[in-house]
Amino acid sequence: MHNLAEIIYQFLAGRFGQSALLEPVFTLAAYLIPCIVALSLVSVISGLLTYFERKVSADIQNRIGPNRVGPYGIFQFIADGVKLLMKEDIIPDAADRFLFRIAPYIVLSSTFLAVIVVPFGGPFIIADLDIGLIFIVVVSSLVVVGFLMSGWASNNKWALLGGIRSAAQMISYEIPAALSLLTVILITGTFSMQQIVMKQGPWPWDWFIFHNPFTFVAFFLFMISGLAEINRLPFDFPEAESELVSGYNTEYSGMRFGIFFLAEFANIFVSASITATVFLGGGNIGLDPYTSGIAPQLFMVLVFFAKVVPLCFVTIWVRWSLPRLRLDQMMSMCWKYFIPLSFSCLVLTALWLLAFNGNGVFWRISG
Amino acid sequence: MTEFLSDEMVLNMGPHHPSTHGVLRFILQTDGEMMRRAIPDVGFLHRGIEKIAELLPYQAFMPYTDRIDYLASICCNFGYALTVERLAQIEVPEKAEYLRVISAELTRIGSHFVGLGALLLDLGAVTPFVHALREREVYNDLMESLCGARLTHNYVRIGGVSYDEPPGFREKTRRFIDHIEYEFLDEFNELASFNTIFINRMKNVGVITAEDAIEHSLVGPNLRGSGVKHDIRKNDPYSIYNRFNFDIPVGHGKFGTMGDCYDRYWVRVEEVMESCRIIRQALELMPETGPVRTKLPRVFKPPKGEIYVRTECPRGEMGFYLISDGGKNPYRLKIRTGSFSAAAMIGEVSQGVMVADLVTIIGSFDVVAPEIDR
Amino acid sequence: MKISDLIALLKERLRDVIVGIEEMPNNDVMLEIKRHDLLPVLTTLKKDKELGFISFTNQLGVDYGDSFAVIYNLYSFALGNKLTVKVFLEKDNPEVDSVERLFRGANWFERETYDLLGIRFKGHGNLERLLLPSDWEGYPLRKDYVYPEEYHGMALKRKTLFEE
Repeated sequence: MHNLAEIIYQFLAGRFGQSALLEPVFTLAAYLIPCIVALSLVSVISGLLTYFERKVSADIQNRIGPNRVGPYGIFQFIADGVKLLMKEDIIPDAADRFLFRIAPYIVLSSTFLAVIVVPFGGPFIIADLDIGLIFIVVVSSLVVVGFLMSGWASNNKWALLGGIRSAAQMISYEIPAALSLLTVILITGTFSMQQIVMKQGPWPWDWFIFHNPFTFVAFFLFMISGLAEINRLPFDFPEAESELVSGYNTEYSGMRFGIFFLAEFANIFVSASITATVFLGGGNIGLDPYTSGIAPQLFMVLVFFAKVVPLCFVTIWVRWSLPRLRLDQMMSMCWKYFIPLSFSCLVLTALWLLAFNGNGVFWRISG
Repeated sequence: MTEFLSDEMVLNMGPHHPSTHGVLRFILQTDGEMMRRAIPDVGFLHRGIEKIAELLPYQAFMPYTDRIDYLASICCNFGYALTVERLAQIEVPEKAEYLRVISAELTRIGSHFVGLGALLLDLGAVTPFVHALREREVYNDLMESLCGARLTHNYVRIGGVSYDEPPGFREKTRRFIDHIEYEFLDEFNELASFNTIFINRMKNVGVITAEDAIEHSLVGPNLRGSGVKHDIRKNDPYSIYNRFNFDIPVGHGKFGTMGDCYDRYWVRVEEVMESCRIIRQALELMPETGPVRTKLPRVFKPPKGEIYVRTECPRGEMGFYLISDGGKNPYRLKIRTGSFSAAAMIGEVSQGVMVADLVTIIGSFDVVAPEIDR
Repeated sequence: MKISDLIALLKERLRDVIVGIEEMPNNDVMLEIKRHDLLPVLTTLKKDKELGFISFTNQLGVDYGDSFAVIYNLYSFALGNKLTVKVFLEKDNPEVDSVERLFRGANWFERETYDLLGIRFKGHGNLERLLLPSDWEGYPLRKDYVYPEEYHGMALKRKTLFEE
């Protein structure tokens, strides 16, 4: 299995030699560097996504959008980040100070843990765990804890309602999301993200979305449940600004609010990259990611992002054109339609694989 | 006031909540997401306009009427001017009547755009609101060319209007209403009104029967949304409205029960089209030249008497009850507004709905806070 | 219905209680009645099949100097006529029956009149101040109202506007 920490450790050991004295330093570096890489990736990507969202929404609404900081306003997110850092950090008097402080970090850390197993194309993955997909499903549900914490700790009724809403929503939509991912696992037989990418091909008929009709349905189920998982419109109940003022982050200001914001946009990226990896072939260009040269490897990254960016665009597009559902409508949609549908997709995919010997619809074309 | 169940909590919604349209406050008794009742608390924008009226000469009160309903200031001007004119029996020049009607109907369009957009904004759809405001910007430009102001116009005067139309006004207005009627509304409906999520949020929510609507003194689009065909412009015509050919849109349960939020919404959309029809006819009939203002004495004193005049504002009928003692100031002026009864009604219809539905109901009534408090 | 016909009809229906009836400008009829007759008269006006004044459009209180008055504006969908009902009240005890039970829309109107003029409505379910703060003193729309200098430490009086 590919693992950045291990590679760094081997590299350092090979460069400076094995010794009992340097061993702890190597270990520390081997674990710290991937963390820093993941965190900076999260920050930069979500920063760019905020810019992207603002530009897209401006375009949808006949506005201009940010255009002051840097060329075409591209550095707007840096200016925003600096502003948030410089703002006063207000903690309400009656808040539970400890929980209030750590809640944003829990939310962020879950996203940032998910980034670890995202294959950016080629060999560029921080750790290719053999339980990769399950890992993502697990850590992304940690967000609920952070939201509930922030809702409770704020000691504000609107925030509490937002926290409870997010718990109800995310726990519900986790089920259809995970079930629709499992349809693909039936085909691949592995949870490793790199393996999932490698089992697909460069062309659309090699992708798992077109493997059989049920994965096609599962793709859309996952897209919609993904929207609900990352609290985007039409499912933005936890923060529903016209109903709950601002939901769980009502009382947050300054960088603590910024961290929530960062996590929200990083979640869009994570969700889009899971979709791209699992259903759309990730960065697969038909070459082996580890043994090919640097040029094909970079091309794989390009292919990966060429799939992720349109998916992010769809998420943003949906947000700026649809109104919000009502809480009970959202819940009944999940429990009455999505869970039975995704479950039958899972069963029918299994039957398909049994009937056609594990081959997809296009197996003759792709050879 | 009322007894509380053990699992209830009291939520304070407003006065600075994002979806209370100005400064309105609701005290909610909720059980989680379900609401037992909402008690409206108004008065945050009470400026004592009725008292100010008693302290100012008749003409000097005109700018204050702008502030009753700042989204539809011309309609408020119009109502007040009409009241004083009917009491003092002042003749208004022909051209001024047309300019009044055109500007009032333009204001109705502009006001409904904000109302419809804000309702969608409350439901989480930001884009239709921005699109509606984009069109309202054109209306603002038109009004600016007419009277120099963009929000509080103070255009109508007792005995006429303040200025004649500027050159090119008819052409620009015609282009604006053509764009609204044939392009914008279709686009807006496609984007927002016929969206499945939106329909599901609006239908069968906040249902008011016709009897209830009359019983609670609802007026304007809120009354018509319940299926009561009553419009002051038709039933008690004032100014020159009897010269125009237009329909009164009423709610008929387009997607759900009659009198639900969607009907109130849809009545407003149709009213925009009817306003376009009126403006188009008025532009045809309006005389090219002529005086726009009757000369009033410097110290204007209407005769002693009492009068009640109702006009159709975007938020329902606006009634002015004027008592004159023959002096230079009104003796008593009572302003009856549409939002006042609508705000009282919100508390009645919002029993046992969800918090999200309360937001829908407030939006569907199109309440403007200064109009409640005056 | 023509104004003269309406006046005749009203005279026939409410023969005993009418204090004065006259035509008002703007196609309106002013009906003046005694204080204790208010509720029965409004009930008749609303419930009578032919009259059918079911729409309660407006209500206001007036301070006439030596007496108070409460004015009701009604509208009949059946006749298409407006009607103004006026009741005079004594200066020292401005109290009148509440019509909130009859016209539920009157609820807030009566609260507002109580708030601004201090006219009490007997039988109103929740007669509290509506627009002004609950601890406000005095009734601003009365002609003898004196503006308070301050409210909870906030200066209220603006010399330029109200000094006369």
